[in-house]
Order: sequence, then C-alpha cells, then structure tokens
Amino acid sequence: MPKQEPFERIKNFDEVALGYTEQLAIEEASRCLGCKKPFCIAGCPVAIDIPGFIECIVAGDFGAGVKKIKATNALPAVCGRVCPQEDQCEKVCVVGKKGDPVAIGRLERFLADWEAASGELETPEMAPRTGKKIAIVGSGPAGITVANDLALLGHEVTIFEALHDAGGVLTYGIPEFRLPKAIVRREVDYVRSLGVTLHTDYIVGKTKKIDTLLKEFDAVFVGAGAGLPWFMDIPGENLNGVYSANEYLTRCNLMKGFRFPEYDTPMKRSSNVAVFGGGNVAMDSARTALRLGADEVHIVYRRSRKELPARLEEVENAEEEGIVFDFLTLPVRLIGNEHGWLTELECLRMELGEPDDSGRRRPVPINGSEFRMKVDAAVCSIGNSPNPLIPMTTPGLEVGRRGNIVADEETGRTSREGIWAGGDVVTGAATVISAMGAGRKAAQDTHEYLLKKKP
Amino acid sequence: MYEVVERRMIVPNLHEFTVMAPQVAQSVEAGNFVILRPDEYGERIPLSVADWDRAAGTVTSIFMQVGGSTAKLARLKPGDTIPTYAGPLGKETEIDNFGTVLCIAGCYGIGSIYPVARALKQAGNKVYALLEARSSFLLYWQDKLMQASEDVIQLTRDGTAGYKGHITRLGEILTQQQIKPDLIIVNGCTFLMMKTSKVTERLAIKTIVNMNPIMIDGTGMCGVCRLTVGGKVKFACVDGPDFDGHEIDWEEFLKRRQTYNPEEVQPLRRSGCASHF
Repeated sequence: MPKQEPFERIKNFDEVALGYTEQLAIEEASRCLGCKKPFCIAGCPVAIDIPGFIECIVAGDFGAGVKKIKATNALPAVCGRVCPQEDQCEKVCVVGKKGDPVAIGRLERFLADWEAASGELETPEMAPRTGKKIAIVGSGPAGITVANDLALLGHEVTIFEALHDAGGVLTYGIPEFRLPKAIVRREVDYVRSLGVTLHTDYIVGKTKKIDTLLKEFDAVFVGAGAGLPWFMDIPGENLNGVYSANEYLTRCNLMKGFRFPEYDTPMKRSSNVAVFGGGNVAMDSARTALRLGADEVHIVYRRSRKELPARLEEVENAEEEGIVFDFLTLPVRLIGNEHGWLTELECLRMELGEPDDSGRRRPVPINGSEFRMKVDAAVCSIGNSPNPLIPMTTPGLEVGRRGNIVADEETGRTSREGIWAGGDVVTGAATVISAMGAGRKAAQDTHEYLLKKKP
Repeated sequence: MYEVVERRMIVPNLHEFTVMAPQVAQSVEAGNFVILRPDEYGERIPLSVADWDRAAGTVTSIFMQVGGSTAKLARLKPGDTIPTYAGPLGKETEIDNFGTVLCIAGCYGIGSIYPVARALKQAGNKVYALLEARSSFLLYWQDKLMQASEDVIQLTRDGTAGYKGHITRLGEILTQQQIKPDLIIVNGCTFLMMKTSKVTERLAIKTIVNMNPIMIDGTGMCGVCRLTVGGKVKFACVDGPDFDGHEIDWEEFLKRRQTYNPEEVQPLRRSGCASHF
C-alpha cells in the first residue's frame, strides 16, 4: 500500500498509509481464493463476511461490499487501519501459507473510505422499535459497537461520554497520523444516524451513578475504558518532563497540543525523548515525539525485537522514521536538575534467560552494565489499570484484583443484574477489536435479556 | 454548550463564575471540582466548586485570572456559552461531626471553602473561618461565611483587616481567639496550603488540604495530576483532591505545578498589536 515517505512524514501529522486506489484494491482482492470454509471469518472477533465483501470488490460493486461489512462491524474505517490483522483474519488466510496473505485489513479500509468519499452513507435495515432503553457508558470501540448492534435491533440507545469528544481511545489515544480524527468522527456520526443519542461531558459514576441510570434505563453497558496509567516505580518518575503515554497522547490528539499555540493546550518541544515499553502505544508516543520536533527518540524495551508486543507494521514504520530502539534495556532511574526537570536517564543492559510464565524468555539484568543517556522527556507506556470511577461508585459490582470489572467472557454479564461490561475496563489495556468483540457479545446477550424483560 | 449565567470580577483579578449545568448541580458536593473549556480551542481546566443551586441548575466557582485560559474565561459575559462543563469530579470533602473545625482559605479558596463550612455546620460542628489575603480589598464572601460559621477571622499581610502578617501566626491567633480545632481544612493557593500544613504539623492538628494540580481529563486517565502522599503516588482527580497536608511532598508538588508556566502566559503576549511579539 502506498505510504508517505519517511523523511516527509516525520514533519507532519497527516496519515502515513495512503490507502489503495480502486485498481490496486481490485488486484489485491483478486488474490482471494474464496474458500468454501473460510478460516478468516473465524479469525475475526466480530465475524465479518470477509470472502463476501472481497468478492464484491472483485466485481467492482463497492457499495454491496460496504453493506456486507457493516452487517457486523460499525467501524470499518477504524478496524481497517488499527486491527492487528496479522494475528487474526490474515493469520489464518490460506493464501498466506505460501507468500503474503490477502491484505484483508487494507481492503476493508478501502471500502470504508470509498463509501465516505462517495458521500452517501447507507443505513442498514433496522428492526422495529422495542421500546427498551439502554445506557452505554463510554463512546470508545466497545460502547460504539454495543450502540450500533442494539440500535439496529430496535432498542433506544443513549451513550454517555466523559470527555468532550466521542470515540474514546480512538480520539484521545491513537494519533492522527495512524487514524485521522475526521474518520473517527465519521464513524461516530454514522452510529448516531441510527438514532443513538450521545451525551458528552457526562461522567457516569460522578455526574450520575449507575444505580440512578438503572431507574431510567432497562440495561447499562459499561465500556469506560482505560484508567490510571502505570508507572515503572523507579526514582524520579514525578520529575517534570516525565509523562504517562495517556497524558502525552491525550495532549496531542484530543487537545491538539501539536497545534499549540493555535490550540491552548501546550506540549513541550523536547529534544531527546525516551519511551518506555514496546507496544503500539509506545510506537505511537515515539512517533508523536518525533513529529513534535525531537532530535532523537529512543524506545527503551527490556526484551528483544522479537518480543515487541506492537504490530510489526508499526515497528517497521517507527524504524523507517529513525526511532532508535534500545532493546534489552531497563530504565532504573530518572535524574533531574535543581528545578525538578528531567535531564538524564539511567538504564541497565539485560540478557535473555529462561522462559517465564508467558513463554517469553525472561530478561535478566547484567551486573555493572549501568549507563546514562541525556533525555529531556520520558514517556511511560507500560499499560494502565481499568478506569476506577464506576467500580468506586457502584456497590455490589464485583471487581477483580487489578481493579477491573469482572464480566463473563461469553456474555459480558457482570455480578449485577442489568449491568454488562466489556473492553479495557474488564481486560485492562488490550486492542480496539477485542473491545469490539466483547461489545458484540454483550449486545447479543443484552438483547436476549431485554426481550424477556417485563416492562 | 453551557450558558454562562454570571461572570463578574468580585475583587481585583478574582471572578465569580456561574454556569447553567443542571446535571452537575444535581450531584455536586463540597470539595468537588468541575472541568471546563472556555472555547473550542481551549484547554481543559479544573475549577473548584464554590456554590450551587440545585433548583435553578446552576454551579458557581471563583477563579483567578492567571494565564491564557482564565483570561478567556474572564472575557465571558452572561448569555455566552462554553463548550465543556463536566463534573462534579473528585471525591467530596469528608463531612462528619468532628467537633471544632477551622476552615482556612485564601484566593479562590475563600469561595470553595464556603460549601465545606456550610456542610460542616449542618453536621453539628463548631466552625470557624480564617480568611487570608494580601490586603483587605482582596477579601470577599465574609457575609456568606459568617452565616456558615461561628466567626470569621481575617488575616492580611498589610494589616488592613484583622490580624496582620502571614499564616505562620496561626498558633498565636488560635490562642487569642481561644479556638482549639479538632480539624483544620485549607482551600486556596498551594503556598497557603503548604505553609498552613507546616505550622499545624508543629501544633499537631490534623489538616486536610484541597489540592489543585494540572489536570487534563480529570477522570483518572491521564495521570498528570499525580503527587506523592505519604510516600505513595496518588492521583488528585480520583484519589483526592483532599489529602492530609502533613503527608504531601510539597516541594515536588510546587515544581510540577510550574511545568507549563511559560506556555500559560504565552497567549497573553499575543494581542495582534504591532508592538507585541
């Protein structure tokens, strides 16, 4: 797929991947074998009819293809961009056994973008009104999926979003150059066009508690998402210049800090930035730092390249852009000046030892390998715990050891009747599509519950 | 959009700011704050809540004009609208029958301590208010606080009202006024909260402070409001904003608050006038 050249793109926040042309899309789609028993559908958390929409592309009937995707996925333009297809549908693609699998994600993106460019958003058929009311907490991937599914099934859906803009992590977390905010807005607008009501600036748990909502609504779905960021618990983490990835990315994406002073939220223009962690969020933070004008950006990761949890595509993008990877390196101390500003980072070199519980070889520190590097910003991107506001304010809601809401994996049911939950608030930091998958299952179960529920 | 009901300067640089926000007014309690944006380009800034009218659906804060965002707020007129007004956020101040409670406040905190004093009095406490300012003309709301307490004591640096000097005179003032507080609650600028905590530590009086760090989302997601309390990292937006003043790492907190000082005043230097840069 065509991309912006690295030397060009590190100077702007525009999208890196440019997308297929119609001709390229048809060529790629033609590689699909149209398997009788398609493994790809089983590989998709929301079970999109993948061979079905690919067939439509081959036939040049893009409108029909869009319809096929939207039957089970409310956010195709988002999923086509940020889903880890290489671990899902494309992983099991038969074509991929010899050479590259069919680029399913890129084709999905192509169709979604084609529909947006055509200017006509088609609304799928909606079931007759049931008169049941559902409240959804959070407008991220999980909440949007539940809203979409339940609206199509004829229920009256209201979403409560704590921030001033909808989309959850798609808006505050994933950068513009990977997922343009105009696309997120488009997909959210589409779901609203199904008759879904959206309230922003509404913090469920504070503005109104879940128990109060349950008096007005027949059911509540909690997709409140990420909560308190984790830090490494090393000295110096409260120095100025040390950020959580959540803060760093929220400043840039939601608050548009990269356009300061046009927008009021400031972002420091740092010269030497270290990012701790190896996931997609770490890649996003590092590439954001580069685009904000940093001279040198390091990703400091305690394991080796092979163990990076980020998508390979994102790692390659980061490498192309000149991000320096310090593998087998563990940050041990942040050092500041007398004004409380970060100036240096002390690290330890590691080597890989015996495999641990996760099956990955455990990194072990090498004695006496301490070294320092000059940094004026550090971004901690090692994950977060689920948002604490709902568990704190909802009595009787069972909470796990890490503060996560306990919900049944198959149905999303919580310990309280009438409350479902899914996404990061249940699992801790995970992917967009897994949150959508959880939303899909919860929506189905909620629907069955609502049909049985006496008015 | 949220309608501005009232915005007026009540003493130099301090503004009373009332917004129509029925859902916030419905559930707000003493010690809470709200997060707002002055316009579509604005920052999300936290303001402590100073009063509310549940029936009318309005919420009032007192804010001080310091940087770009508060300068924008200070230009708003009744009838104008702002795009974001979210809350109530933070844990409310713990209200119980403690016995005798001294409420110390300065700056915007004179506003936000008022609902605290009111709630404490309702809970059966003997409440005293001590208001601190540089000079008498910077004091306000004495009438409201008089109704919520046994007495309002004033402390000004130039001695134009009440006692003369700094909060470091607290021990002496307590003796003269014959007040033996079981609890002290402080709202206001970081400096006042820090100084008071240092004095009351010597006097061995439990002291609760209402912290005011930089925030973005205010819902426990970004972590910028973190501070060290009793050697542990806490997040002011969800663990606070009230903390035990004797346990806070004040030096670190002051430095973190100054992170964006240069950027905060940058917009004030741009006016479109040729002599400005």
